[in-house]
Amino acid sequence: MRYLPLTADDRADMLARIGAATVDDLFVDIPAAARLTQPLDLPRRKSELDVSRALSALAARNVAAGSVPFFCGAGAYKHHVPASVDHLIQRSEFLTAYTPYQPEISQGTLQALFEFQTQVATLTGMDVANASMYDGSTGCGEAVQMAHRVTRRRKAVLSGGLHPHYSEVVRTNSRMTGDAVVSMPADVRASEDIIAQIDKDTSCVVVQNPDAFGNLRDLSPIAEAAHAHGALLIAVFTEAVSLGALTPPGEMGADIVVGEGQSIGNALNFGGPYVGLFATRTKYLRQMPGRLCGETVDAEGRRGFVLTLSTREQHIRRDKATSNICTNSGLCALAFTIHMTLLGDAGLTRLAQVNHAHAVKLADMLDGVAGAEVLNATFFNEFTLRVKGDGASIIEKMAAAGVLGGVPASRLWPGAGLDDLILVASSEINTDDDRAAFVAALKAAL
Amino acid sequence: MLNNQGRPTSPGATTSADKQTFTSNRALQLEEPLIFEIGRTTTTGIDIDAPAPFASRLGQHARKTGPGLPGLSEPEAMRHYVRLSQKNYSIDAGLYPLGSCTMKHNPRLNETMARLPGFADIHPLQPQSTVQGAIALMEELGRWLMELTGCPAVALSPKAGAHGEACGMMAIKAAIAARGEAATRTIVLAPDSAHGTNPATAAAVGFTVKPVPAGPDGNVHPDAVKALLGPDVAAIMLTNPNTCGLFEAHVKEIADAVHAAGAYFYGDGANFNAIVGKARPGDLGIDAMHINLHKTFSTPHGGGGPGAGPVVLSHRLAPYAPVPFMRREGERITLVEDAAGADAFGRMSAFHGQMGMFVRALAYMLSHGQDGLKQASEDAVLSANYIRATLSDLMSAPFGDRMCMHEALFDDEWLKGSGVTTLDFAKAMIDEGYHPMTMYFPLVVHGAMLIEPTESESKASLDLFIATLRDLAMSAKRGETERFVNAPALAPRRRLDETRAARNPVLRWTPPKSVAEAAE
Repeated sequence: MRYLPLTADDRADMLARIGAATVDDLFVDIPAAARLTQPLDLPRRKSELDVSRALSALAARNVAAGSVPFFCGAGAYKHHVPASVDHLIQRSEFLTAYTPYQPEISQGTLQALFEFQTQVATLTGMDVANASMYDGSTGCGEAVQMAHRVTRRRKAVLSGGLHPHYSEVVRTNSRMTGDAVVSMPADVRASEDIIAQIDKDTSCVVVQNPDAFGNLRDLSPIAEAAHAHGALLIAVFTEAVSLGALTPPGEMGADIVVGEGQSIGNALNFGGPYVGLFATRTKYLRQMPGRLCGETVDAEGRRGFVLTLSTREQHIRRDKATSNICTNSGLCALAFTIHMTLLGDAGLTRLAQVNHAHAVKLADMLDGVAGAEVLNATFFNEFTLRVKGDGASIIEKMAAAGVLGGVPASRLWPGAGLDDLILVASSEINTDDDRAAFVAALKAAL
Repeated sequence: MLNNQGRPTSPGATTSADKQTFTSNRALQLEEPLIFEIGRTTTTGIDIDAPAPFASRLGQHARKTGPGLPGLSEPEAMRHYVRLSQKNYSIDAGLYPLGSCTMKHNPRLNETMARLPGFADIHPLQPQSTVQGAIALMEELGRWLMELTGCPAVALSPKAGAHGEACGMMAIKAAIAARGEAATRTIVLAPDSAHGTNPATAAAVGFTVKPVPAGPDGNVHPDAVKALLGPDVAAIMLTNPNTCGLFEAHVKEIADAVHAAGAYFYGDGANFNAIVGKARPGDLGIDAMHINLHKTFSTPHGGGGPGAGPVVLSHRLAPYAPVPFMRREGERITLVEDAAGADAFGRMSAFHGQMGMFVRALAYMLSHGQDGLKQASEDAVLSANYIRATLSDLMSAPFGDRMCMHEALFDDEWLKGSGVTTLDFAKAMIDEGYHPMTMYFPLVVHGAMLIEPTESESKASLDLFIATLRDLAMSAKRGETERFVNAPALAPRRRLDETRAARNPVLRWTPPKSVAEAAE
């Protein structure tokens, strides 16, 4: 077997040194009745060529985003990632290292995490960020738990503009811990009165911007109202590129910011792995979940980095930890950081501007299509399209015509009466030909 | 032709290891500032044209100023991150014996497969008719995991081991609630030797944790469990093989007792690598177990993730598995995303799980086959026992000559009076070119050193590692403390001041005062 270096002679020598007659003597502690005596019902080993063929055949049965006009968003976004990003994260020293528990021989990972934390805090307008969560949705669940610890209250109010899967993650957690959740109904036009829901028992208000329908929201009045009641504002985003164009949540009074970082540096990957961004105010630092990298000095006074404040974490605090998270999303965070370093302010601002321009261009074209209507007053690179007919079947028909035209709202809010809505996203990847194909396929499907 | 005029051809006098350099660089070890110290907000490594003028739809929400992030050109960025990478140890560079972490070889075929556009470039919410190959891959991965564990169901969406633990414990909570016992069954038993994630997870899911003592042989004994079982116990969480590297010999009896008391058995699968193809947790009575694909099935650790933590479930827990789950109707497989009408306990994350890791793990499984997976487990256990047997005359093993599984545990009894601690010993290994073993874990053993070589090491590599540890051990016993207490001396950094980092946390770069003032 190509991955196993020991030879039959090696194994015999080692068994002799151990004083065991056969390898099965090493497994004597397994109850005899449970020891497998027959091979499992699975195939035998395969060559690299055969594995490659088998998996390539499966891959070929999927329609890759880059092979068609592509307009899906709703929490995962396709952008061009510079080639150098993937080359760098595939360096052995990044790819095949463990969590940096031995800082003297992990300064590469640690310094990159320190850069990541600084970038995330800067981008969101917050004081501090952690070294990543699994993704935006799980980060959102953790943020609500954190707010409960900070405020010693146990009721979260979730905006109807929050990605419904994020809401479901929060509700699932809360069901387990017996915490209260007020979920506002799906809010297509950003017209909900969430402030009216905040009371003295409210721990946090969770609002997404741009919201799940693409609308842009001013979080400042919500932050003010939350603070007046002693509650926290948790600001959520699912498209990190939007922060290059929009007022950052930190400037609008957010206490915790959580977001999906996939769209910078990371591929679509059918939903994972992604990278959750998590930032907060310094005063709440000790209640933060997840790993933190901090600056210090070594025995010779040279600057270096270590994992720190681990007394919040499960391996020290066990059942009193701020979270059970251990492994996070290190390599995806590295990809985010490298891409962000390549962008810089100048690149990010330009990329965001181009994204917005593409979405506006598409929205303008769609406004001229009979049976279709863009509902948003404001948006960044994603908007809601009302169509005459069933959104899901229109998207299926468009797919059959070779256009991945967006995400039907009924897939995210089943049974909510939003069957005639489609979420449409556009980014720098779209060309004039893509837009023309979108309009033609939509017209044919309507 | 080379011009050799005036070029000395002998190496000359030896130089001192503490030689000072102008740059602070040391040949291939290059010092590297932070991007915030070398980048500029006006620099970018990406060419992208400004759009033609258009009417903005951002309303009053547009950002007034740039965020203030520095950029680098591509050559500068490459150099920056390559230099950083050179400060990391990695499994590709050397033996990485972190116990309970399973740092095995990461085959590059798996990286190539995961990057096929048909896997990497598909959206989680594009029509299911356009991703049937991806769903089929998830089904195939699930089939392998179910067969290898002997369990009838699997939930793929958890994103790491601890997330899988949460998934399993939530399924248990849902099953208990369905029996109408949510208010009464609130206790979860976990041994002191458990990973910290076990008690942290149980608490996060709303249970109260009660410790179970282990016996002097390192195993949990059925009587100790039975003494704690009652109508208030929801579950036991047991790692098997356990964190002492020992198989829980009484696992079946414990499972039977737990079930008889109306509770569930959560198995922590972190150490599954020891027994793949040798025994199946399902046959041993577990109700739920997460599988760290980044351990047993070799998806790269990436400096701290991403991982993946699918959870296999027994018949009793299967109905409560979270969305999304797969349902096959003839040729077509559907990912069911809506919990309505099902007993699903809810949702773990926004999408379907760590697809990128699923591809890598399945490539690993297909490459090995059932025969290769069994051989890998046997080699991992053989290598750990070889280390145990060849070091036990010098280092003390808390459980004597008992056979271990995939990791060998030593304590610090043998260092008593030497002036060298487990930490010192570990740091001296760094100077010898090795990543230290897991230390001070499990907590039940004083000064623990937990060595997991995995199946990826050749005998020559194991022999050199053993010879190195023997040399260090004898040195410690001779009282040569200098080699230990000041170690590492040869790494990119000396020991770092962790107390200072925690007392006065500096968690982000801030401009030096003079720069900040100049900007105002």
